[in-house]
Amino acid sequence: MATTETRGPEGDAQKEQGIGLGLLQGLSVTLRTMLKRSVTVQYPHVKPDLPARTRGVIALKEANCTVCYKCSRECPDWCIYIDAHKETHEPAGGGRARSAKILDRFAIDFALCMYCGICVEVCPFDALFWSPEFEYSEYDINDMVHERDRLEEWTYTVLPPPALEEGAEPPEGGGS
Amino acid sequence: MILAQTSAVDTTFSNYWVALVIKAAVVLIIFLVVPLAVGYMEHKVLAHMQARLGPMEAGGFHGWAQLMADGAKFIQKEDVVPAAADRAVFSIAPGVALVPYLVVLVVIPFGGDIFALNLDIGIFFVLAMSSIGVLGVLMAGWSSANKFSLMGALRAAAQLIAYELPLVLAAAAAVMLAGTLSLVGIVEAQQNIWYVIPLFPLFLVFMVAAVAELTRPPFDMPVADSEIIFGAYTEYTGLKFAFFLLSEYGGIVVMSAVASVLFLGGFLPLPGLSLIPGPIWMFGKIFALSFVIVWLRATFPRLREDQLQRFAWIKLVPVTLLWILGVAFVKVATG
Repeated sequence: MATTETRGPEGDAQKEQGIGLGLLQGLSVTLRTMLKRSVTVQYPHVKPDLPARTRGVIALKEANCTVCYKCSRECPDWCIYIDAHKETHEPAGGGRARSAKILDRFAIDFALCMYCGICVEVCPFDALFWSPEFEYSEYDINDMVHERDRLEEWTYTVLPPPALEEGAEPPEGGGS
Repeated sequence: MILAQTSAVDTTFSNYWVALVIKAAVVLIIFLVVPLAVGYMEHKVLAHMQARLGPMEAGGFHGWAQLMADGAKFIQKEDVVPAAADRAVFSIAPGVALVPYLVVLVVIPFGGDIFALNLDIGIFFVLAMSSIGVLGVLMAGWSSANKFSLMGALRAAAQLIAYELPLVLAAAAAVMLAGTLSLVGIVEAQQNIWYVIPLFPLFLVFMVAAVAELTRPPFDMPVADSEIIFGAYTEYTGLKFAFFLLSEYGGIVVMSAVASVLFLGGFLPLPGLSLIPGPIWMFGKIFALSFVIVWLRATFPRLREDQLQRFAWIKLVPVTLLWILGVAFVKVATG
């Protein structure tokens, strides 16, 4: 049961090991693996235990959004749809009217999204971030456009960030 | 010696035809059920050796019905025959691959008087039949009109020629020790000592050659999927493909059965455990050897074609011949 035609330094090493010893080692590895518990998570029955920063889906915290359109402009495949209108408020104490942008629609087409995370990266007020949710597939590709209610729901399951590793640089801006 | 010349079925049913039908039915049931069990074992063992679980859903409990579900799926598949294929040969090839193993099962003894047929030339019959299977592979490869299929078939044929010799020689040594060609006789001759002990190297040779004959990993060059898609079975779909799969698992069962008859004392119990009946021992040994065959698949990478041929002709054949010579000397010396 020895290997044929051994060449070079590996061949010599194999000869030192003795004929067939390597084969027996291989057999013992597979046997020991068989006797160990398998690592499979039975997904539909058991939910997977995902890390806190899993990039499952992009979620939107609407209260933080200032409708700056940065995300939709940076998006490489233009999968973010934003509609907004301007409202002007007369300040109670008089003076110039202030205008504010009100979000009418925020939707991400996850059939187009390639999960590059650029929108999360550019968002100046952390309105967009990654959520560990991943069960949002649909039977119709048109239903893959998820509106802001759904995007908001996904923020609920975002876990707090894991503690920094020892010796890591402190985060910029001291946290927000 | 408790040598029983007639089958228990024949002694129970005096009518020849009734006994014949019962024997045929039992052999067919064994041929359809045991390979499925071995296939399921392969699913599970292979999975656990890779830290997976394998089938878990079909049938509810640990996916026990997976292979039946697979079978149902194969039946529903479209039966595609390539336009350039030789239709008739293409269609009968799966049968030619499958039937020999079914026929071999007829002479396998599962107990002192539990067998369908006790041929005087039993082992000869087994070896002759088991090498017909490759003819089906060759027919499949040729009639597919596909270069990959043809290459796979020729590799299978070359492999069979190379490994048939050590297989037959290893079996011959057991036959020499037993002094009979009958499978029941060979088992009965192992009452004192299982032949795996005096003939241990030949047992290894037999298992290696059997794995090679079945074109199972690490000797699966004929179906090397990274090189020639699936060898001779490339063009097959549906039920015909399922027949080839069944013949592979049937082959595992038959080869394990023959190896346990020749070397592991067949239906004979281990000392002190004679309360457990013979058929259970026989099935236990079949499953143990099938497990080893699956274990080899999980562990070893595929041999290259030239390594495979070299291994058979330069290593296995001389070792086997030397050992046979030794056996012959011992046999003559002890009278």
